[in-house]
Order: sequence, then structure tokens, then C-alpha cells
Amino acid sequence: MSKKITDNLKVNTQASNDKGEKYIICLFVSGNLPNSARAVVNIKAICEKYLKDRYELEIIDIYQHPDLAITEQIVALPVLIKKFPKPEERMVGDLSNTEEVLKGLGLV
Amino acid sequence: MKNFRFPKSPTGIQGLDEITNGGIPKNRPTLLLGNTGSGKTILAMEFLVNGIVLFDEPAVFMAFEEKKEDLLMNLKSLGYNLDTHIANNKIYIEQVLINPDEMRETGMYDLEGLFVRLEQAIYKVMAKRVVLDSLDILFYGLDNKILRSEFLRLLTWLKKMKVTAIITSEIGDHFLTHMGIEEYVADCVIALDNRVTNQIATRRLRIVKYRGSFHGNNEYPFTIDEKGISVYPIISEEFQQEPTSKRISSGIKDLDDMLGKKGFYEGSSILISGTAGTGKTSTAASFAHSVCKAKKRCLFCAFEEAPKQIIRNMGSIGFHLDPLVKSGILTFYYSRPSLQNLELHFIAIKKIINEIKPTVVILDPITNLMTEGPNSDIRSMLTRFIDFLKTQHITVMFTAAITVGSIERNPSDEGISSMVDTWMMVQDIEIDAERRRSLCVMKSRGMAHSTEMRKFKISSKGITLLPIVANSKGPLADSKRKAKEHDNLSTSKESIWVNESPFNENTK
Repeated sequence: MSKKITDNLKVNTQASNDKGEKYIICLFVSGNLPNSARAVVNIKAICEKYLKDRYELEIIDIYQHPDLAITEQIVALPVLIKKFPKPEERMVGDLSNTEEVLKGLGLV
Repeated sequence: MKNFRFPKSPTGIQGLDEITNGGIPKNRPTLLLGNTGSGKTILAMEFLVNGIVLFDEPAVFMAFEEKKEDLLMNLKSLGYNLDTHIANNKIYIEQVLINPDEMRETGMYDLEGLFVRLEQAIYKVMAKRVVLDSLDILFYGLDNKILRSEFLRLLTWLKKMKVTAIITSEIGDHFLTHMGIEEYVADCVIALDNRVTNQIATRRLRIVKYRGSFHGNNEYPFTIDEKGISVYPIISEEFQQEPTSKRISSGIKDLDDMLGKKGFYEGSSILISGTAGTGKTSTAASFAHSVCKAKKRCLFCAFEEAPKQIIRNMGSIGFHLDPLVKSGILTFYYSRPSLQNLELHFIAIKKIINEIKPTVVILDPITNLMTEGPNSDIRSMLTRFIDFLKTQHITVMFTAAITVGSIERNPSDEGISSMVDTWMMVQDIEIDAERRRSLCVMKSRGMAHSTEMRKFKISSKGITLLPIVANSKGPLADSKRKAKEHDNLSTSKESIWVNESPFNENTK
């Protein structure tokens, strides 16, 4: 269902491409919990499809780096943070709603 | 089972540990509900600070609502300086920024991040006490299903961590009460309230629920001042001391005579009511004077006249209070009623009482405090105050000003008179076209007292009470009067005049 929606979306792959900007995104996960595991799969798929060759994805396990939870002010998990291009954008959840993710990334 | 006692964690807050019978549930979360500005944060913080200072239990404060700097600043203004505790690793404050507006939901999530941070924080100082302030901010904008499951998870997790936690939350239109979550998950629920009636704000505290423990279930007023929070509990019967049959002189010989010839009971409460200028303060001062002369401490709380003025005025009728004040046996507490509200007065007075341990406390006049709030509040507060004094075995005398014509109807007066042990009324009456001061004992529990209305004479030598001459043909023969008085004393019942006008009886 969600796949169908995204197929019809007009994905703006051009705008950012012109400037040659790379997307820097961080995904914070809580170990291997189901939501986190799904989020990892989802973000990888989205990046490959819409941001191929112009993204840097960092996946951080909050259990391994608990101090980052404070500096990044993380409460809800998993959370995807778009660091660049500005403005910073946060998306919580397992990223199964691709439309929302694309909106958050500024690709729609 | 009978002797089983829930492990409790004392809050160290004056009054709260009494009504909770020892504190909040140890190693369990307690919900603290209340509107904005009802004092949740302060109460929670005091719980933590007391934990550090009194019980050596390190603490974690998770602030969702306020910025750390603002929080520390606010607390400083209330006399809490956390800097040393922070430096000593006794308290760890973490600000948790939540901005739901910039959060996009893309699917299932939980609040694992919070748990990670909380765990980290607890281990940082090896905390035994934790405060989460407030839940509403944390859960704002959260899906109901997630919220519910995460809230339950949080409570279970806190129990598992073996910390005594306070979770604050606003009550009203928010989720907690709506969903009834707290009803079955929290072991202890405390509600705070800051109510404004007649433009006077009164803070109240109520234990909504305390699983497995007895607790006071009334609403208790509480205050926040520079010394922290004080909850004003009703003192339960068991703490009441045995009443004594010891007597204390009123300082007026004639009045002692009217009171079964011996004066007041020690540790009783005495009310003098009367219209303006009838000699209430003088009677009170006379009592204070005699108490101090007997080398007993007295606290005189003046709400109308300044102490210096009282000293001067009383000097003119033969009560020299100045040397007594200088020797420290007589203490004045002076405050204009508008400065603080009623409960603050009582707490301030209570603090002085605990300091100087007086035998007698005088409140002059209590009616000035009454302009402060609605009657029911005053009554309950006065009752509590009287109870407190009784447990301390302190004799208390109030004066109450009433307006002419309202003697029988004055609601505040009726309210107090039923609470006191001895009630005297001073009033101006008209005898043979002349206005005279008079005094009568309306009631006096547990003693045969005169029902006579006496002429109340204040002169430079003090106060005397003379029989009233009803006709102008000269006084009754002394022997006759004495016989009549003797009659009165032996047959009188308690407060037989309460529902009748003493005025009519005596001037017919």
C-alpha cells in the first residue's frame, strides 16, 4: 500500500542534486529491537532509491553510545536526524511511512 | 500481617510525613498531580534535597519543563542552593528537551531513549531518589497507545531500578485522569491544588491514594516559603495530650472568680469577642502580664496594633510590658494581615512557638486574619491551630472584633465560639441611659462559671469587674450579691446563654 503511494509521488531528486549537496543523515536505534531493525531496513531502502550516491548514513546504537542520547536530546527511538542540508529534521518511528520520511528529508 | 509495614521513604517535608504515616512508598513511583503553579516542582525538589541532606540518598532530577538554568535559579530564590550538591555528585539534573512540533512520526517507536538516559543518570550518582518533571511535556503529542504502554513500562522500570520516584503531572484536561491510568498503576498518588477564593490563593495537598497504607484523606493546606514546604496537617486524636485540671489565672481577680474562682484551664482555648473599644486587647494584655509575672513565657501575636503601641497603651492602665519584653519572657509577633495569608501566619507563629516554647499564646485579634479568606477555610485552619496548641499544652487566647448589632449573628464568631473552651464577651451596654462596658462569660467548658454580666472597668490600676447596677437606687447589698453569685456558680450549666441575648436577661 505504502509503496503504491510513493510510486506516485513526485520526488524532487533534482533540486538538491544541482548543488551537488550530500545528505548527512543519522539513524539512532536501540539495539536490535523490532522497531529499530525495521527502521534500518527502511532507511537503507529509501536512501538507495531516492538519494543514491549522494548521502552519508550513520547508524548509531544508543546502547553503545548512551552519552549521545543526551547531546542529541534523544527520547523517542528509533529516530532519524537529517543533519544536512539544513534545517535539521527529526523523524521518529520505524520509517515505514515512506511519504513522511521523504517529506522529512525534503524530497517531496 | 498486622505488623507488616510498607517500606517508606521519608520526604522530610514538614507535615507530609505525618499525613502519609512515614513518607512515600520506598523504591516505588509516586504520582504528584497538580495544576501549573501548584508547587509540584518545588515539592519534588524538596523531596530530593531532603533525601541528600537528611538521608544521604543521591538524587536525579529529569527536567522536561524548565531549562536547567531557570530551574536552578528558581530554586535559589527559594533558598535551595544545589551547586554544592551538584559538585559533590549528590544530585544530577538533566534537561530533556522535547519539541513535539519538530518531530515527524514515521511509524512505530517507543521512549527507549528516555530509559537509556535515565539509567545513565541514576548510575552517575547512584541515585536512590528520582524525579521526572513533568510527564505531560514528555508525553505531549504522543499517540495514546504508545503513551499508555510507555507509561506502564516506565513505572515498572523504576520499580526494577529500586528508586523512590516522583513523577509529576498536570491534572485536568490531560490524559492521566482521562484514561484513569494512575488508578491502578501507581501505589501512591498525591494531588496539589492552588485555589483562589476571595482573591486569596491557598495551596492544598491531598493524598488521593496510598496503596497498603493508612493516610490522612483530607485536603491539607501547605505553604512554600524560604524554608521550603510545610504541610499543615490535622493532628490526630492519638497525639492529643491528656487535658489537665490545672488552672491558670486570667490576671484579673474578678474574672477568675467568675470562672469558678480559679481562672482558665491550662492548655485550653479562650475567646474574647466584643465590639470595638470594649477592652479586648486590655484583657488579653492583662492575661499576658500575669503569665509573665509568674515567670512563664508568653507569645503575643498582634495583628492590629504595633507592639510598641500596645506596650504604651497598656502602660497607661498599669500593665508594664516593656521590661517583660526586654527580659525575653514576653515575645511579640507582629504582622499586618495583608502581608501574608492566614496559613503563612500560622506557620510563622508555629515556628516561633517551637523556638520559644511559650505557656500562653495570644492572638489579637483573630478577626483581622479573617478578612483574609472565606470562613470555612479559617475555621478549619483555626481548628488545626488550636489542636496544635493543645498538643503542645499551650493556653491560647484569641480576641475577636465584632460589629455592633451582629453579636448574635456574626458567622465568624459562631464559627470560633464552638471551637473554644471558654468564651467571653465584652460589649457596650446601655444602663439607665448610660453606656457601660460589660463582660460576661458565655461559656466555659468543664467548670461552674458565673452567668452574671459584670461591669467592666479599666483604670490606671488595671481591670476590675463589678456587678452591674440595674437600677439607680444603689448597688445590691454585698451579701445579697454574693449569695446570688454563689447561686450562679453552683447551678450554672455550660453556655446557657448561647442562644439567648444576655443583654435582655440582665437589664430587665
